[in-house]
Amino acid sequence: MKIKCRFQKAYRRAFDHEEEALSSGNVQEAEAMLTVPQEQAEGSLTMYVISERSSLLPQDTMSYIGPKRTAVVRGIMHREAFNIIGRRIIQVAQAMSLTEDVLAAALADHLPEDKWSSDKRRPLKSSLGYEITFSLLNPDPKSHSVHWDIEGAVRQYVQPFLNALSAAGNFSVDSQILYYAMLGVNPRFDPTSSSYYLDTHSLPHVINPVESRLGSSAASLYPVLNFLLYVPELAHSPLYIQDKDGAPVATNAFHSPRWGGIMVYNVDSKAYNASELPVRVEVDMVRVMEVFLAQLRLLFGIAQPQVPPKCLLSGPKSEGLMTWELDRLLWARSVENLATATTTLTSLAQLLGKISNIVIKDDVASEVYSAVAAVQKAAEELASGHLASAFVASQEAVMSSERAFFDPSLLHLLYFPDDQKFAIYIPLFLPMAVPILLSLVKIFLETRKSWKNLEKTD
Amino acid sequence: MPAVHGGERRWEAEAAPGMAAARPLALLVLLVLGPGGWGFADPPRDSLREELVITPLPSGDVAATFQFRTRWDSELQREGVSHYRLFPKALGQLISKYSLRELHLSFTQGFWRTRYWGPPFLQAPSDTDHYFLRYAVLPREVVCTENLTPWKKLLPCSSKAGLSVLLKADRLFHTSYHSQAVHIRPVCRNAHCTSISWELRQTLSVVFDAFITGQGKKDWSLFRMFSRTLTEPCPLASESRVYVDITSYNQDNETLEVNPLPTTTYQDVILGTRKTYAVYDLHDTAIINNSRNLNLQLKWKKPPENEAPPVPFLHAQRYVSGYGLQKGELSTLLYNTHPYRAFPVLLLDTVPWYLRLYVHTLTITSKGKENKPSYIHYQPAQDRLQPHLLEMLIQLPANSVTKVSIQFERALLKWTEYTPDPNHGFYVSPSVLSALVPSMVAAKPVDWEESPLFNSLFPVSDGSNYFVRLYTEPLLVNLPTPDFSMPYNVICLTCTVVAVCYGSFYNLLTRTFRIEEPSTGGLAKRLANLIRRARGVPPL
Repeated sequence: MKIKCRFQKAYRRAFDHEEEALSSGNVQEAEAMLTVPQEQAEGSLTMYVISERSSLLPQDTMSYIGPKRTAVVRGIMHREAFNIIGRRIIQVAQAMSLTEDVLAAALADHLPEDKWSSDKRRPLKSSLGYEITFSLLNPDPKSHSVHWDIEGAVRQYVQPFLNALSAAGNFSVDSQILYYAMLGVNPRFDPTSSSYYLDTHSLPHVINPVESRLGSSAASLYPVLNFLLYVPELAHSPLYIQDKDGAPVATNAFHSPRWGGIMVYNVDSKAYNASELPVRVEVDMVRVMEVFLAQLRLLFGIAQPQVPPKCLLSGPKSEGLMTWELDRLLWARSVENLATATTTLTSLAQLLGKISNIVIKDDVASEVYSAVAAVQKAAEELASGHLASAFVASQEAVMSSERAFFDPSLLHLLYFPDDQKFAIYIPLFLPMAVPILLSLVKIFLETRKSWKNLEKTD
Repeated sequence: MPAVHGGERRWEAEAAPGMAAARPLALLVLLVLGPGGWGFADPPRDSLREELVITPLPSGDVAATFQFRTRWDSELQREGVSHYRLFPKALGQLISKYSLRELHLSFTQGFWRTRYWGPPFLQAPSDTDHYFLRYAVLPREVVCTENLTPWKKLLPCSSKAGLSVLLKADRLFHTSYHSQAVHIRPVCRNAHCTSISWELRQTLSVVFDAFITGQGKKDWSLFRMFSRTLTEPCPLASESRVYVDITSYNQDNETLEVNPLPTTTYQDVILGTRKTYAVYDLHDTAIINNSRNLNLQLKWKKPPENEAPPVPFLHAQRYVSGYGLQKGELSTLLYNTHPYRAFPVLLLDTVPWYLRLYVHTLTITSKGKENKPSYIHYQPAQDRLQPHLLEMLIQLPANSVTKVSIQFERALLKWTEYTPDPNHGFYVSPSVLSALVPSMVAAKPVDWEESPLFNSLFPVSDGSNYFVRLYTEPLLVNLPTPDFSMPYNVICLTCTVVAVCYGSFYNLLTRTFRIEEPSTGGLAKRLANLIRRARGVPPL
């Protein structure tokens, strides 16, 4: 499968209301006025080229990327104006949309290992939905009585982000509190700062013992993302995570690709002086949710884009996700779904070629046909740039191909090997066939002799 | 206010294999405390109570019953986000996804000998049993450590503190009877039942054999039974108590000694008789502070006379009779040993479809006379889909034995449905008896929140009788099994017949004879001459 990306460009003059908006003093106000009248289609970008001397952008910035599929590029009066402006536009467009490394990360499962190194953070595999679980781990309930307002935090911070991402799948969120859940690693004591630390090499071993207590979802088949908040026990407080250079990480958190994230929340030592154990701890959900949402973005592969030089990048909207970032995710997901669907169908065909015993029923055949049709439709829609319908078609392709491949009726006649059939029929027919064959041979020899005799007598 | 940052600030995630450290990402998300941002409702409260009841049984064995009850004031049926604290997430998700009203699941190994041990506290059939508006029993499953570990994981304190410290698999499965169960049901929060809470009860009953644990003597201690002692209460539990049955202590004052001495005792009518319990509260710091752990011990100063154990008012037996592999008879014997009170018993039988019951042969006799049940419900079986269901309400006359018998015929199964050769046979699940047994002492209804957990196992509506549910033994039957070596035999025989008979006939029919010159022999003649020379006989 070959993938080529190209930009389809269309030029027009600015409308009146757009001219008005672009003449306001501040680029953020201009942005607000520009996008209200119409929403653009998914996957498309609108760029405004303003005059060289316009004061909309600060003096030395050449371009501005907004949160909602719009960008502003400064024009130039020059002999090669068209080429220069064209180059700037291409740079900004590439920052806001699909590039080669995004595609490589999406197809990381299907590409051979040596070409694209596994250092690239692998984003989550494309799936129809995800389940996000927040867990509070309290290994020492005798010393800490931890309370967190997770419902409010989810409602206020996580749910808007997931609503913005809802085009990419179904999300469900739940939370739990686990007591007496220890990390698998004993932290070491650092006398200089009189605190405990976990160094980088021990971090991969932290997750395994805890995972057995987290539990998998009983209710759905979607992959689970776990976010753990660990309040260290009194004997190991305060606990810091160190990076490769030995400095404590500012957010005291780390994440593991395709699994989730862990954050360590240290209780303020002043809280111990006043009262007796257990100490009541109210978790600051703002700090915690900042880290978890950032980790969620990284897990989905929504990374910071490569902004061109002298470019102003606006902050994200209040949900934490810019619209063109969602578009980028959908592009990558569509390509990944197409790759998965084609791989599944190809494997099924190869399997059928090798094992002739597999029976394909009619419903399996119709699933294969619909998968192929969906793949073709998705490819067409991607080529013409209709992102939303391409993504939906690619999801259908994956579902149909998986249903065809994993259908249990394929295996019904699988274990009826040929040698068993031989073992039953040969003892019956061989003793019957041997005398017949011998007599046939004798007859043949005799007739040949009689022909020779006939020739001789002739 | 949106935060703006220049192009040179980047996120980093160190791509160490397997993980990455997240650098400051604080500027990304706007987490503004908007007006009214902290408006939230109080999360629904949940509470945990745990309890252990130790009962010496009349035959000298010791029964220990653990109960962990989590009550959660929340409406689980609504869709959307659910946040769990003490209630385990796995069960909560099951309830909300499948809209369960009640769930009871139990695993049992061994059989409760009602005749010798008296009526049980918590009864479960000898196998796996789960019902949600339906009733299903799997008689063949084996209960082992792999069932205990996930059960322990559902507990909030999870075998690190409180009573769950005693749950060690190597001692718990060294017992005559082991039963663990999960019960989920909604309970009303107030008298008018306007709002409900969910109650999760996890129970574990074990019976320790006196000879194995006590080395012949009837003394026991927590350490000898569980190889652990209690150290601290579970910080999450609102109540954490141990009750020891010391009824015989009060009757003769010098029979037994309990160590350490209890601070309080509790008296009530349990299962129809008045009993006294010594109470040890783990939250009471005085008990544990002295020795840092609590090891309850009971010593018999005077060995108790070996009197016959008191016979319970209701017990039952079931067996299969008949000969051959075609027909048989299923009989249940119900014993009512009360001297003058008769009471009704509800008998529920689920018989698998491969025993075809003949309901016209159902006979119920008590004291030699026929006894007609006041209510019969029968649902016939469908082959391979559902078993027979027979439910009857039988009045048991006082001081009598009632025999319920029904004849059946064994069915022939399809060749793929037989179990592999080394097997026991086919199991028939136990039948369930539910009865309101008259009690010797009047009991009064108790408030469920205030009384110990085990008291609420025996709901009493009026004081004169109490509810008991018994299970009979499971049965083993043999079904007519065809000889599975026949295909091999057929192939061998047919091929031999074909090879020998057909080959010979064919040769006889088609052989032509002709005269042959005598030749100098061949290999056979040379071999024969060798042997003749060895014998000293002239050659051919």
